[in-house]
Amino acid sequence: MEPLLDPTDNPEEPTGPEYLLHLYITGATTNSTRAVRNIKEICEEHLKGRYELLIVDVYQQPELAQEKDLIGVPTLIKLRPGLVRRMVGDFSDRERVLKALGVIPPASIIGNE
Amino acid sequence: MPSFMQEYNSSVAPALPQLPKALTGIEGLDEITDGGLPLGRPTLICGSAGCGKTLMGIEFLVRGIQEYNEPGVLMAFEETGEELAANVASLGFDLKALQDSKMLRLDHVHVDRSEIEETGEYDLEGLFIRLGYAIDSIGAKRVVLDTIEALFSGFPNQAVLRSEIRRLFRWLKDKGVTTVITAERGDGTLTRQGLEEYVSDCVILLDNRVIDQITTRRLRIVKYRGSTHGTNEYPYLITEDGISVLPVTSLRLDHQVSNNIMSSGVPALDDMFGMGGFYQGSSVLITGTAGTAKTTLAASFAEKTCVQGQRCLFFAFEESPQQLLRNMKSVSVDLKSHVDAGLLRIEASRPTINGLEQHLVTLHRLVKEFKPDAVIIDPITNLITVGNIAEVRSMLTRLIDFLKVSGITAYFTALVSGRGQQQEMTDEGVSSLVDTWISVRDLEGIGERNRGLSILKSRGMAHSNQVREFLVTDRGVELLEVVVGPTGIVTGASRLTQQLQEHAQTLAAQQEADRRDRELERRRRVLEANIANLRTEFESVEEELRQINSHEQTRQQTLASGNQRIAAANPPRRNAPTDGENDR
Repeated sequence: MEPLLDPTDNPEEPTGPEYLLHLYITGATTNSTRAVRNIKEICEEHLKGRYELLIVDVYQQPELAQEKDLIGVPTLIKLRPGLVRRMVGDFSDRERVLKALGVIPPASIIGNE
Repeated sequence: MPSFMQEYNSSVAPALPQLPKALTGIEGLDEITDGGLPLGRPTLICGSAGCGKTLMGIEFLVRGIQEYNEPGVLMAFEETGEELAANVASLGFDLKALQDSKMLRLDHVHVDRSEIEETGEYDLEGLFIRLGYAIDSIGAKRVVLDTIEALFSGFPNQAVLRSEIRRLFRWLKDKGVTTVITAERGDGTLTRQGLEEYVSDCVILLDNRVIDQITTRRLRIVKYRGSTHGTNEYPYLITEDGISVLPVTSLRLDHQVSNNIMSSGVPALDDMFGMGGFYQGSSVLITGTAGTAKTTLAASFAEKTCVQGQRCLFFAFEESPQQLLRNMKSVSVDLKSHVDAGLLRIEASRPTINGLEQHLVTLHRLVKEFKPDAVIIDPITNLITVGNIAEVRSMLTRLIDFLKVSGITAYFTALVSGRGQQQEMTDEGVSSLVDTWISVRDLEGIGERNRGLSILKSRGMAHSNQVREFLVTDRGVELLEVVVGPTGIVTGASRLTQQLQEHAQTLAAQQEADRRDRELERRRRVLEANIANLRTEFESVEEELRQINSHEQTRQQTLASGNQRIAAANPPRRNAPTDGENDR
């Protein structure tokens, strides 16, 4: 679970999956468990086979909190494709998640086919 | 100030349960808060833009590290570490070095609305973790959250944010770190987001007010739960050494007094005081209208002080040092040599260059630095241009207090305007604060102005009641002898006239006396001549009498011898032939 993947934008695109997602949670809190469950559902439903999801427990690696500039938790950082985006919350608002991920149109055109 | 700290310490001594406090190390703040911020609790510092909230926070951390060896964490929501470091570098705070020595940890929290998408329930545990990690990694005792309200712009869900911030403060309290939270002042509220609801232990309000184009920063402790604190608005400054909350008026009047006497620099003026000068550590005020040689008197005092080997600090608000030196040289008050010898320091500045408080702080700083025996301010009236009367008065009160407590003789000049009654008043109303009050004024007569000097009061010693005329000559200030004319003390030309008249009178009297002497001599001589005459007469009479006497004797003898002859011629005839024979 080493999330330190700096060259995230283009160079390694052929090798990695299309979507690279890092989810930061805090142990087994309600929000965190719900977030894990929700994001997994969303990914399986919409991005099946096209994503890599890394789940990090910040309690285990508190130094990451500053490094990744975490404030709200759970936070999902979408590193690929397109612009880096942050999502805060338990992903219960699916529409927003999908927009932010670029799976459905209005938010961004890039990721959508 | 040390005296306050002593006071604080001594009040702790009787073992009253006192709220534990963390000294901030910020000049003056610890005195107002009676020992610092509440230990292990959050303190809110709020104020509008440009008040120095961030600076106060950083200084709290830096002083904590430097003076109390307490590591600190700075969590900045608005500025990056580099920016903050650059901002405070001018104050001599080297954040980089402190970070390297693991005494300070800087965390910039970047909050950007556009980058954050809310997708449901969340909390701010991330913030807690990074703060907790930062605190634990260096064992921090102090935490500063610089404008946590920035979160409100990044996270639209206020309900979550509020409950989380409440939780954060609770959590910080439980962690036992002394926290300073800065917040922007809101409209009608202390903070924009009502943070004061959450921080109930200590709230400090900073204010930046512009009155008559001059800015004064003020600080007020809105509340301080479980502790006494100063309740006033205290001016504070951002100086090159950081924040300086102004030394407050000393509440007690128990300063040490000295019996030493300082000369005024004008011998005749000294003579007007019962003790021959001012008490050391007292405050002297010279009031007078324009051009009454107030500065010259002040300079004379400065010179005298320096001649006696004492140090003098001269604040000139009207003249540059060079001008002052030159002008005073013309009345043979030589200040230059004392400046060169380091006994005299002249600080010249326009009053308007700073706010009042800045002046006061400059004064404090210089006094602490230079350690003078006397401080001259020429004139205090100019300060009125930078503040209203109440402010100037309060500043001067504090100044006089400060100098008194330090045992420094204060010498102020003040310009009074107008004539008549008002000359006995100063605009600042400080005359009641000073110990010695000398008034110089124009004595305007027919076609001329003369300078008169009188002592209005002098606490603790007898003083002359006369209005003395004085001259500023090329030998310095000279008080003239009192000349009393038919209608009182006279000055100027009348004085000369009076003197001339007196001179004429004495001359006439002298001549009269001489004349009488001569007359006497003459009469003596006449009498003596008479006596001689009489004696001659007597002698001639005596001689005559003596002559008569001898003639009489001769006659008597002749007569007697004739008688004898007659007698001899008759009975004793025998003898007669002898006689006859003898006759033959």
